[in-house]
Amino acid sequence: MDRERFMKLLPWISTPLLLIVTVVIWKLSTTVFEISPFVLPPPEAVAQTLLEFSRQPDTWLVHARITLVETVVGFGFALVTGVMVGAVLGRIFWLELAVRPLVVALQVIPKVALIPLFVIWFGFGITSKVIIAAILAFFPIMLNVLLGVRSVEPGHREVMRSLNANRWQTFSSLDFHSTLPYVFAGMEVGIVLALIGAIVGEYLGGNEGLGYMVVVSLNALDAPRLFAVIILLAGLGWLLFFAVNGIKRLMIPWHESVIETGIS
Amino acid sequence: MPELELVGVEKIFETKRATTHALTTINLTIEREEFIAIIGQSGCGKTTLLRILAGLVKPSEGAVRAEGRSLWDGAVLDTETVNKLGIVFQDPNLFPWYSVEDNIALPLKLRGVDRKTRRARAHELCDLVGLTGFERAYPRELSGGMRQRTAIARALSYRPAVLLLDEPFGALDAMTRERMNLELQSIAAATRATVVLVTHSINEAVFLADRIVLLSPRPGRIRSITRVPFPRPRELDLETQPEFQNIARELRHELDEDA
Repeated sequence: MDRERFMKLLPWISTPLLLIVTVVIWKLSTTVFEISPFVLPPPEAVAQTLLEFSRQPDTWLVHARITLVETVVGFGFALVTGVMVGAVLGRIFWLELAVRPLVVALQVIPKVALIPLFVIWFGFGITSKVIIAAILAFFPIMLNVLLGVRSVEPGHREVMRSLNANRWQTFSSLDFHSTLPYVFAGMEVGIVLALIGAIVGEYLGGNEGLGYMVVVSLNALDAPRLFAVIILLAGLGWLLFFAVNGIKRLMIPWHESVIETGIS
Repeated sequence: MPELELVGVEKIFETKRATTHALTTINLTIEREEFIAIIGQSGCGKTTLLRILAGLVKPSEGAVRAEGRSLWDGAVLDTETVNKLGIVFQDPNLFPWYSVEDNIALPLKLRGVDRKTRRARAHELCDLVGLTGFERAYPRELSGGMRQRTAIARALSYRPAVLLLDEPFGALDAMTRERMNLELQSIAAATRATVVLVTHSINEAVFLADRIVLLSPRPGRIRSITRVPFPRPRELDLETQPEFQNIARELRHELDEDA
């Protein structure tokens, strides 16, 4: 097998191997070091719970759907507003200068600290979580778009100018394509943050969503169930990230971040 | 009627910190299908001169005319005249999101030419500049020479009467550069375009040009215009001929006096 093909296959071999190693270490630490099953349940107990989940999907599917909806809707708001605000601030220099201190101040606030406020304002339902998810995802998207709008290469602008392109043509042939990789960079960070926002929101209030299931399992000291829900959440995060990543691969196949990684 | 005319052109750049007199009393007449090379020390204003010809920079004084029509009407650029000019920059400036053929056909797209015609023209140009088989490739998959060829093909796509080139081969290695010179010669012959080439290579200028305009710096002005008598097509071994070397030596001497 030549080197290049091996490099392509490598992640597909290494990932399952690493997973197996992790489970083995996990199992060993529960048996050899006799860690309490309340702290670290053995892998088979977690697998047992996951098996129950798959037999009775109605115990968790509703919750998963709620978390998914909160995340996606919040992310959707963040995407629309983030792109709009980022594009406007990127284009209107004085406006960006005027609001920069405020943006920086808002950005450094640990936003999860605001979650209890949102729960008070918008109730224990889905709304408060959607808003939290949106706010968390908004900043990386907005800042990336702002950077992207300003990062159009002057040489490319000159080409459009020398060809007498009008504003719409310059936007559709140049600015749009040039900014898209930045939008996706913001989206990839944003989707993960949106999920975090939704889950932390569920921790703090309400009685639905996977975050709520985590809290319930914790209160019942049901460690295997806690682990199983965390694995479900990981799966959800994975699913969302790769959905965004998949759209990116479809939309900007020409970009460096999409090129097949091959060591040549 | 001359293809291009510069009459009493002056250019002064003013910034907060400095006023630069970039060009002074530039009078130059370029005939149809002529190949002009502009050489000079770096900072002598040769790129500015080309950008003035391209309508990208407005002269402070004087007139620029293409086929008798003034390029500027007050502060307004005559776009119809500019549409007859093709420009190749030092950097190929290809759009990474477009394939080679889409990059080449971009000017046609902006002019509202339909897709089928665009594609046909792009393929035709790929053949002309030696990019056959790379129509669907992205710029990042090309070598430096191929990228610059794509940029030349893009400038040729709308059949400009004038081709303006700003050190197009400056970033290429010596061997690729020689090959590109040969190709540029045959492209100029095939398209019958008037060519203005800015270069810092004396040999490149002597090899390609009908006339060589030598600029002196501070402020940039025309020091001399040298006619190059060799018949076309010119072969690479022309550079070993004594007449070629005499012209090159004379130009080198003049450039050294400016330094």
